[in-house]
Amino acid sequence: MIEIEHLSKRFDGVTVVDDVSLSIGDGEIVVIVGTSGSGKTTVLRMINRLIEADGGRVLIDGQDTRGVPAYQLRRQIGYAIQGHGLFPHRTVGQNIATVPSLLGWNRAKIGARVDELLTLFQLDPASYRERLPGALSGGQQQRVGVARALAAAPKVLLMDEPFGALDPIIRAKAQADLRAIQRRLKTTIVLVTHDMNEAIALGDRIAVMDQGRLLQYARPDELVVSPATEFVGELLGSGERPFRLLSFRQVRDFIEPGEASGAPIADTTTLRDALEEALWTGRDAVPVANAEGQILGRVTMQTVIRQAARHR
Amino acid sequence: MALADATAPTSNRLPFDRLGLVVAGLAIGGGVLPFVAFRANRIVPGKAVGLLEALPGWELAIISAVLGAAAVMAVLRLAPRFRLLISLSALVALAVAVGDAARFITPLGDKISRTSPGTGFWLLTLALGLMASDAVARLKLGPWTRIGLLAVVAAVVAAILWSGLWNDLSVLREYANRADDFWREAGVHLGLAFGSLAAATVVGIPLGILCERVLPLRAVILNVLNAVQTVPSIALFGLLIAPLAWIAATVPGAAAIGIAGIGTTPALVALFLYSLLPVVANTVAGLDGVPPEAEEAARGMGMTSLQRLVQIDLPLAFPVILTGIRIVLVQNIGLATVAALIGGGGFGVFVFQGVGQTAMDLVLLGAVPTVALAFAAGAVLDAVVEMVSRGGRRA
Repeated sequence: MIEIEHLSKRFDGVTVVDDVSLSIGDGEIVVIVGTSGSGKTTVLRMINRLIEADGGRVLIDGQDTRGVPAYQLRRQIGYAIQGHGLFPHRTVGQNIATVPSLLGWNRAKIGARVDELLTLFQLDPASYRERLPGALSGGQQQRVGVARALAAAPKVLLMDEPFGALDPIIRAKAQADLRAIQRRLKTTIVLVTHDMNEAIALGDRIAVMDQGRLLQYARPDELVVSPATEFVGELLGSGERPFRLLSFRQVRDFIEPGEASGAPIADTTTLRDALEEALWTGRDAVPVANAEGQILGRVTMQTVIRQAARHR
Repeated sequence: MALADATAPTSNRLPFDRLGLVVAGLAIGGGVLPFVAFRANRIVPGKAVGLLEALPGWELAIISAVLGAAAVMAVLRLAPRFRLLISLSALVALAVAVGDAARFITPLGDKISRTSPGTGFWLLTLALGLMASDAVARLKLGPWTRIGLLAVVAAVVAAILWSGLWNDLSVLREYANRADDFWREAGVHLGLAFGSLAAATVVGIPLGILCERVLPLRAVILNVLNAVQTVPSIALFGLLIAPLAWIAATVPGAAAIGIAGIGTTPALVALFLYSLLPVVANTVAGLDGVPPEAEEAARGMGMTSLQRLVQIDLPLAFPVILTGIRIVLVQNIGLATVAALIGGGGFGVFVFQGVGQTAMDLVLLGAVPTVALAFAAGAVLDAVVEMVSRGGRRA
């Protein structure tokens, strides 16, 4: 549980963060989104005290973060940044071992942890452990950067535009991987991005900031349906609104009894993907199967399309 | 036929190696100019002796063949390893020839006359050295191989010296007369060069770290050091005499630990002052070059500022700092010769004595080891810089 209470920060008389309060639950992914200069990165960096707040406070599990020296606090909190920030003179293994070494873990424990994380991030330990970061691709460097941030199993992970330097295809994969790993480790993640699509793809809740103020803090579907201000609406864009709504829901909640022809889709498919599949194959209804391949019923396009409307 | 056609577009380029043409030109000049100079004693003007008269017939035939072959190979576009092999072999042949020439020309049992290498010999050495170093550069040898090659060259030179092959050459006759002095001054010379380097490293790196962190200080310190660097070396050695003499006379115990207006102390101090700028400037540049993301990540993961300095900043800056140290070492090995002017000792002693006595052989006795040392130090440190630059600078 992270409680951000009335945080504010001024640089040279200019207010960059203005009375921001947020509460982030355990195991949640919260994405702070905003344009550059919105103060989103400053809020993030005030959580691990890379920037000291002028006013307000941050509590993690009820403890004021100012209760311990800043460097000790940071060792308890994972931190991953844009352009990965790997140490170019240290091997992948040494990079990942950074925080465990700072915490004084013994060698055997560090070695085991490094291999465990490399495996988790789909990098073969034997062939990647001893490489230098310069010998990795951009996507691999980014994965090592996140693995390094998670090395000491922090309860909280802060990420500042972690996928900003990746090309779109690798970025989508990296986002999906992060989501999967987060589900497994139950790490609380606070992620900063300027990309609303990324926020919607990743966030359990999204905090929209502009000019140092928190404009709206809500679930993605709430944000899409009822943006609090015009600016939030602009950030979301009007182009894909109905499709965005559909992407928040899975077909398992809309199964009806009945028959449908063609290949079945999984019950975890989003309504958006179901609609796409139906349009592409020219069907009005699609059979739905569970993980074991058992047909549960069907989902009709009428039902799906009704879900795409703002007010139901 | 088809093969010839396929290569036709490239044939409008000269089939010659451009640097090779220069090498061959120099070598031809070297072959024509006097190979050695003979003097009845060490200070009278010498008589030039061409290659043709300097060697017995059979040896002349061999050396001409080797040099001719080297010149031809230099001009042709051959693989660099052949060019290296032929140039090094020719250098060895040249070294043997100059020793033999001295023995051949010097009347038997004559200890007063002097035979020294002539313009032709130096030009040939230059040409072949150019060819060898060009071949080494083209081969892109690894750092260890380069150090190994340097060791082999040093071993060959040592073997030639030890074998007595050059004993009739003027420089070695000068050496024979003052072998004890030579080794003592060699020790002083190295002590001056490495001592000032060590002091400059110990002081300069922390000063560089300070400059990098405190911006106002950076401009002041770097400007002062720049100004020091512009003072001519002889002037700086001279300028230090007065203050150091004053310190020796007034500060109790200063004279006892060796501080004096002339001698080794001012020489060390002057070399130290010259060394500071490259060390400080390169430390600042190296630290400035640390990627900001790495810095940010290190902070964000909870490294203390000392841990960041020791584990991240200095290792990443190290190759650049080492480049500064390389500059200093090569510079100081050369500059240390000037120390002899104020009684600081070193190889400069022979240079200044030689100039005073118009005995060029004595000048060479001081100059040749200085140049060789500076060259070797530069080559070794270049290799070391390459070894420590792993990953760091490429990212």
